[in-house]
Amino acid sequence: MSAGRAVIAGVYNTPQARRLENWTTRKLIASAALGALRDAGLTLADVDGVITEGDSSALIYDLRLGPAWQGRGFGLDAVVEAANAIKGGQADVVLIVAAAAGVYVDRDATAPWTRPENEFVAPWGLFTAAEFALIARRHMTTYGTTPEQLATVAATIRNNGHQNPEAVYFGRGPFKPEDILASRMIADPFHLLDCSMTSEGGCALVLVAADRMADLPAKPVHVLGGGADYYGPAYQFPPSWDLAGRRGGPVNGRIGGRAADRAFRHAGLERSDVDVLELYDPFSFEIIRQLEAFGFCEPGEGGPFVEDGHIAVTGSHPVTTDGGTMSFSHAGGSPQMFQRVIRGVQQLRGEAGPLQVPGAEVALCSGAGAGALFNSVVLLGTEASS
Amino acid sequence: MSTPLAPQHGELPHAEPTELSAPFWNRCAEGTLTFQRCAACRSINFPPVEVCRECLDTDLGWEESSGRGTLYSWTVVHRPVTAAFTPPYAPAIVDLDEGYQMVTDLIGIAPEEITAGMPVEVDFHEVSPGLHLPYFRPSAG
Repeated sequence: MSAGRAVIAGVYNTPQARRLENWTTRKLIASAALGALRDAGLTLADVDGVITEGDSSALIYDLRLGPAWQGRGFGLDAVVEAANAIKGGQADVVLIVAAAAGVYVDRDATAPWTRPENEFVAPWGLFTAAEFALIARRHMTTYGTTPEQLATVAATIRNNGHQNPEAVYFGRGPFKPEDILASRMIADPFHLLDCSMTSEGGCALVLVAADRMADLPAKPVHVLGGGADYYGPAYQFPPSWDLAGRRGGPVNGRIGGRAADRAFRHAGLERSDVDVLELYDPFSFEIIRQLEAFGFCEPGEGGPFVEDGHIAVTGSHPVTTDGGTMSFSHAGGSPQMFQRVIRGVQQLRGEAGPLQVPGAEVALCSGAGAGALFNSVVLLGTEASS
Repeated sequence: MSTPLAPQHGELPHAEPTELSAPFWNRCAEGTLTFQRCAACRSINFPPVEVCRECLDTDLGWEESSGRGTLYSWTVVHRPVTAAFTPPYAPAIVDLDEGYQMVTDLIGIAPEEITAGMPVEVDFHEVSPGLHLPYFRPSAG
């Protein structure tokens, strides 16, 4: 086994927009791949591992990357899988890439990836907003979490996007919590502005062995740890806060807690070491839930925690600093996840412009949440862990 | 703002019942809510499954539910998933008295009057020919 630890050497976001006319998913993937390799100072000829959404082998054929290792992981799990493949000596340079354009065209319906097909869910008209609302409501009735606290999360993240020139909704703010509460109701307690948008775009990351970085231009960002918690397939069973397994441990409402514990333990880090939290933000409440599940505040304290300004870029726990899926972009299943990690890399490189968290050295990135019955985390650092 | 929520009507998205789930839907058409119980460990399994989720035994039988329970969580949808649904409607999770949960939609109550833990009972409606759905409404007594 090679001892090379994995670092992220290149990241890239293509243009993001509500609709990218004249682009297709495949063209965006090609553009994103070349952009991330350029950022890493590498070329296609250096790549010997690939993870993309769906069938990686088709991309290996189309980009003539074979013979190459391929991964199967989705979202943040792909980043951990790529890092482990490098550490295990199965590949030296792994390209992770995903994009979407022209996928969501029926605007009378919610996006296709949000609609359940299971026979015990579909006839009730559920979709992601409703699934996550069922989780949020349970927290509200249990702990007294308020719509204003949810709106504070949405306003904070949307204000980040307002200041991010690459965000789809750049310059669309600033927002106050009242603005969120004044937007039309989608799935109570979520107003329109509590929800992610839908958009199009692509993105890519390039991971290499740490000892390779001496030759490369970018400041290395180390993958220090990761974790994944699953309770079942998304959108087929009741999205219940109290869903529990036979082994004990956190219930579904606390999903991600086990993953975070393991990631911190593996990295040799404490919660207090984290400088920036690039949390997945499909709906405003999910930030409150993850802050609790990951151990940044006590159970039930997430609402008051976000009210006190902790999560602003200038606060103690800055979250989702590119504007997230609410304001930066939400281009389908995989890009929305990978982009949390890309933003973590930008923060640790000091490339986040007006939204830079000064001196950020450790970032926690996350993907999905309790409405989806899974939650994954990745810990990034400017220094290799001991 | 006190219009009670009503069942849907017309063609709704739904999967064709499988061999495993057909007994549930057939009994819905008769106005009876059912669930699977494992003969070996007595655990309830819902939605239906081939192998008991608790003990992995395969001897699963169907039992009738009282159709009564309490409201575990809910949302009121104003932007429907597709145009097939007429808003507002209220997806919910119900805790059945027998000790399991299911997804449903609440009817017969105005959105602003819904409260956590309220007693509810099943109320079947044929929303399109052959599709009998087990909605839930506030309990009569």
